[in-house]
Amino acid sequence: MNVTVCVKQIPDPALPGELDPSTNALKRDGKLILDESDSYGVEMALQLVDKAGGGEVSLVSMAPNGEVSGLRTALAMGAAKAVLVSDPELAGSDSLTTAKVLAAAAQKLGQADLIIAGTESSDGYTGTVPEQMAAVLGLPSVTFAKSVEVDGDTLKVNRQTEDGYDEVTCSLPAVVSVTAGVVEPRYPSFKGIMAAKSKPVDTVTAADLGVTPVGWAGANQSITQVAQAPARQAGEVVEDDGEAHLKIVAFLENLKVI
Amino acid sequence: MAISNIWVFAQGNNGAPTTATLELLTKARTLGGSVTAFVAGDGAGIASTLGEYGAAKVYSTGDLGGNLPGVAVSAAMQEVINAGDAPDLVLFPQNYEGRDVMSRLSVALDRTVLTNNIDIAVDGESVSVTTPVFGGNTLVTTTFTGSGPFLAAFRPKSFPVEAGGAAAGEVVSAPVPDLGTVGSAKIVAVHVEESTGPKLDEAAVVVSGGRGLGEASKFEMVDQLAKLLKGAAGASRAIVDAGWVPYSMQVGQTGKVVKPNVYIAAGISGATQHMVGMKGSKHIIAINKDQEAPIFGIADLGIVGDVHKVMPKLIEALQAR
Ligand SMILES: Cc1cc2nc3c(=O)[nH]c(=O)nc-3n(C[C@H](O)[C@H](O)[C@H](O)COP(=O)(O)OP(=O)(O)OC[C@H]3O[C@@H](n4cnc5c(N)ncnc54)[C@H](O)[C@@H]3O)c2cc1C
Ligand SMILES: Nc1ncnc2c1ncn2[C@@H]1O[C@H](COP(=O)(O)O)[C@@H](O)[C@H]1O
Repeated sequence: MNVTVCVKQIPDPALPGELDPSTNALKRDGKLILDESDSYGVEMALQLVDKAGGGEVSLVSMAPNGEVSGLRTALAMGAAKAVLVSDPELAGSDSLTTAKVLAAAAQKLGQADLIIAGTESSDGYTGTVPEQMAAVLGLPSVTFAKSVEVDGDTLKVNRQTEDGYDEVTCSLPAVVSVTAGVVEPRYPSFKGIMAAKSKPVDTVTAADLGVTPVGWAGANQSITQVAQAPARQAGEVVEDDGEAHLKIVAFLENLKVI
Repeated sequence: MAISNIWVFAQGNNGAPTTATLELLTKARTLGGSVTAFVAGDGAGIASTLGEYGAAKVYSTGDLGGNLPGVAVSAAMQEVINAGDAPDLVLFPQNYEGRDVMSRLSVALDRTVLTNNIDIAVDGESVSVTTPVFGGNTLVTTTFTGSGPFLAAFRPKSFPVEAGGAAAGEVVSAPVPDLGTVGSAKIVAVHVEESTGPKLDEAAVVVSGGRGLGEASKFEMVDQLAKLLKGAAGASRAIVDAGWVPYSMQVGQTGKVVKPNVYIAAGISGATQHMVGMKGSKHIIAINKDQEAPIFGIADLGIVGDVHKVMPKLIEALQAR
């Protein structure tokens, strides 16, 4: 069984985000890392291929400046190879363009039995790319998967809902998006890290994949204003001296909640 | 071409339109076009309420028969569009179904989507939406360019719910066409995680617990306090991911948006992704042992203390009343 995983490489979420003053888009020119949201997909793919007893996990990613650090992390976890789409023309791409690019990159790898993505990226969180990719590829899809099982040609997914989950079945090939925490992503071993250095990463441009127009030109949107939201004022902060719960009681009484 | 034909992606639940549907209809009514509700499911039963909130016309796919809505409803929408009724603007709720249908439709129409919005403005032909970024500290306004239909999704509770439309709208059937293998995803069983008391996103009081509780069994304190205050219990993602509580209790960017009268955060640091889900609460109380915790920056009452000491005493004091 061959599985392709979409992995986004993003600025370290621990660092404060910044907008590029000239374009008002999120800055992504520093060092990028593997989006944690996608580490679950990589782990799930590795487990599925392992269970199937054969096949491999491939990666697709679109990122600026030929960035590969996040891909290397996923390769070190055990993925076999990757296609990276990196092209200055792609700056400012919307989620639809991203989906077209990733779909073309996935096709370059050959038909996979399953394509896995995260439900939403940590920095963009549009949450639309996986379903758009499925539509571009003409594949069925199941979003918000909290568990995934493959039984012959059938995919069995527990899909998160507002108040529980649905059991969903789907034919393969298909696209699934997985929620955070579905599996425990493995830490790359030293051996894995060393091996990842020589695994193939095929770097291509949007034009190589035949996707146009891309970037701002294809985004059909322009950022027209950036403003500060009215800040919420901090109130009273008190140290617990053993009686602080009475403060809460008084606060609730005052609001007539109790 | 002004924005004259506005669609709202609509859903029903237990024979009534969902709150998200009514929020979008209320807003759509103010944008100056005719408003149509496109119901994913049976529209006839909820048409009169949809009308009350502003839908002059109701498209109904009928029962989805176990199909996941993404492929099915977008295909039904496309049929209507191909038959000549093309919207200028479609409003979606930022929820599971809204997101999937919008994504499929965006590819079918080759139009961009703008997600995570909290506001919209229409000025002649121009449509702009506002999105909070960096935990809601910065608001970015984006204007659609090119031609419609413009597709936009809105976070829950972005708009108030107010009646003010007219009589029941005309109901027009918009059945799901044959989908082939692309529509092979089917729901075969539904599991509801029962919860008692008010719903998390509707409760007047929400008590949420985070990693600071230390272990899963301590969530009992959160449950107890919520019950005493006739509220609902919520959680940070950290403890949902850890498997202490189900995902349906998660508050935040990837969970529920709550705007209760009182929000109590116990052992929650106040990450930006948590705050976007509760910042709109009228009153916020935080209990955290770290006085530098970001949650104190937005709390009306902050208690620097140990949840294992403050919570039991608080529960006892409330029980004694
Ligand atoms: C894409 C993305 C989406 C996300 N979506 C969400 C979301 O929807 N909702 C969400 O909540 N998070 C979300 N997160 C995660 C978020 O970034 C934080 O990791 C999470 O909110 C932290 O949860 P926490 O506050 O419980 O844990 P921590 O950040 O670990 O905080 C625990 C707090 O408890 C305090 N504490 C410890 N012991 C005690 C004690 N005995 N008494 C009192 N206080 C104590 C500590 O001082 C600390 O402040 C998302 C992250 C990403 C990347
Ligand atoms: N630039 C990208 N490169 C690789 N995968 C991506 C990219 N953008 C989005 N994805 C995938 O789509 C998922 C959802 O992303 P988003 O729609 O941006 O929230 C992510 O978790 C990734 O799996």
